[in-house]
Amino acid sequence: MKEKRLARLLVSGPPLLFLIVFFVAPSLIMILTSFRFPGEFGGLAPITLPDKAIAEYGFTSDAYHFFFSDFIYTEIFLKSFAVAFGTTLICLILAYPLAVLIARSRKHLRNLMVLLVILPFASNFLIRIYAWMIILGPESALSHFVNTVLGAFGIAPVTLLFSPFAVLVGMVYVHLPFMVLPLYTNLEKHDPSLLDAAQDLGANAWQRFWRVTWPLSLPGVFSGSALVFIPVLGMFAVPDILGGTGDILIGNLIKDQFLGTRDWPFGSALSIMLTLAVLSVAGLTTWFARSATGQRAL
Amino acid sequence: MKRGNPWLWSAAVLVYAFLYIPLIIVVLYSFNDSRLNAEWVGFTLFWYKALFNNTEMLLAARNSLIIALCASFCATLLGTMSGLAIHRYKLKVLPVLVFTPVAMPEILLGVSILLFFLQVLNFTLGMVSIIIAHTTFCIGFVAIIVRARLQGMDESIFEAARDLGASPWQTFRLVTLPLIMPAVVAGALMSFTLSIDDFVITFFTKGVGEPILPIQIYTMIKVAVTPEVNAISTLLMLLTLVMIIIAARLESNGSSEGSAKPHTAK
Repeated sequence: MKEKRLARLLVSGPPLLFLIVFFVAPSLIMILTSFRFPGEFGGLAPITLPDKAIAEYGFTSDAYHFFFSDFIYTEIFLKSFAVAFGTTLICLILAYPLAVLIARSRKHLRNLMVLLVILPFASNFLIRIYAWMIILGPESALSHFVNTVLGAFGIAPVTLLFSPFAVLVGMVYVHLPFMVLPLYTNLEKHDPSLLDAAQDLGANAWQRFWRVTWPLSLPGVFSGSALVFIPVLGMFAVPDILGGTGDILIGNLIKDQFLGTRDWPFGSALSIMLTLAVLSVAGLTTWFARSATGQRAL
Repeated sequence: MKRGNPWLWSAAVLVYAFLYIPLIIVVLYSFNDSRLNAEWVGFTLFWYKALFNNTEMLLAARNSLIIALCASFCATLLGTMSGLAIHRYKLKVLPVLVFTPVAMPEILLGVSILLFFLQVLNFTLGMVSIIIAHTTFCIGFVAIIVRARLQGMDESIFEAARDLGASPWQTFRLVTLPLIMPAVVAGALMSFTLSIDDFVITFFTKGVGEPILPIQIYTMIKVAVTPEVNAISTLLMLLTLVMIIIAARLESNGSSEGSAKPHTAK
């Protein structure tokens, strides 16, 4: 028994210790930092300075008040949610037919098709965004084509790059595999005889999808949506590279507080609000997934 | 309905085109004899030559390689332990700590580690802080792979080893470790790729010192785009491709011969 307990400690102790020091402690520090005063030259003001009687030391909830003092910050949060929602929806529409096809293919083909979805996802993240800089750039074939078509209708030429459109395309491109894989894993488990039964009972293709496949796939839809929605919410590289100056999202705002203006308390407060947003999205999806599957369980 | 639904096929082809055309364009333009990524002029290896004469870039590649090797080593060690511990014992805290960094937006991990290093440890950011940050999020990926492998195995082998008088250490060394080895190696390769590719966390924990590959690429994209970016991108894609093929080989080999109980048909 004693030996067993020792083994347990030896196996789980080191990773636990590492993660407490380098994950839990930093997270707590971040919470603490959000209640500090910003330093005169960026960073933080010291907690106590005995010589000075100024009230600018110690703890404060200024950073949070500041967030609500200007509507622009709330607006950026709302915009990030809108972009995350749009990206999730487009990913779902693109991924669903593909996932259905993969799930219904023969085993060898199936593995190849899954590999083909993962493969581009394994190339460097920045390179995948950079690729769209080339495609959407002002001199690209796509830009010329779009503007020729628009010109034929007498509409003024548009720039595709550095626009909200480019941000959305980049977000979808970077996150698409996260939607395909959980959907496929779910769809693959469906019993094909259910569809045969529906057909025998006179359901047409649309009814078979809407009444059988779709409700059964909801757990996959929810986990895929969470896997896309959450990272998009905190993403700063895509708007940074493909977006214009007006396309800032939460991630860019946080980045600026640490690497631009160096207002650490405000940056930490923003990070904590992002964490809360992520937690509530994760909680809501779990809850929805549970109630959806609970009601329609076979 | 069951064989080739034309609608499904055309939708799938469109999605695959959407996934691959951008990457193909990047590779093609790395051989293009023009400064602009606009139209095809002619074939050249100039951008690759420029890349190999760019000392800053080579230094960045070397640094990224060192970081990826160290981070994947630490993550594989700690991640394998986590995977084993989570599978074998009923733990409450460890699974949460192991899997949360995988699930949350990377920027949060980057910010918290930046604050921790600068405030508490009073430590200059650099290679060490990047290695630690990468290890923190790679542990979860290794743990997931190792745990999945353990879940596919028959518990009775371990019981048999114990019944035959093996100590926990002997059971681990002679039975468990050889069986999970393919998963451990796959986890190591995965952490290596994740680390060498990671931009967001590196961006926050890098400090001002040494050049790091993803940061170097980011600066090139932001400041002056030349097809040199395409050349380095192509080389990186090649590297990742090789790593993935090796990892996939190991995993499929492992699951077909190693485990006592065959995987449920998938």
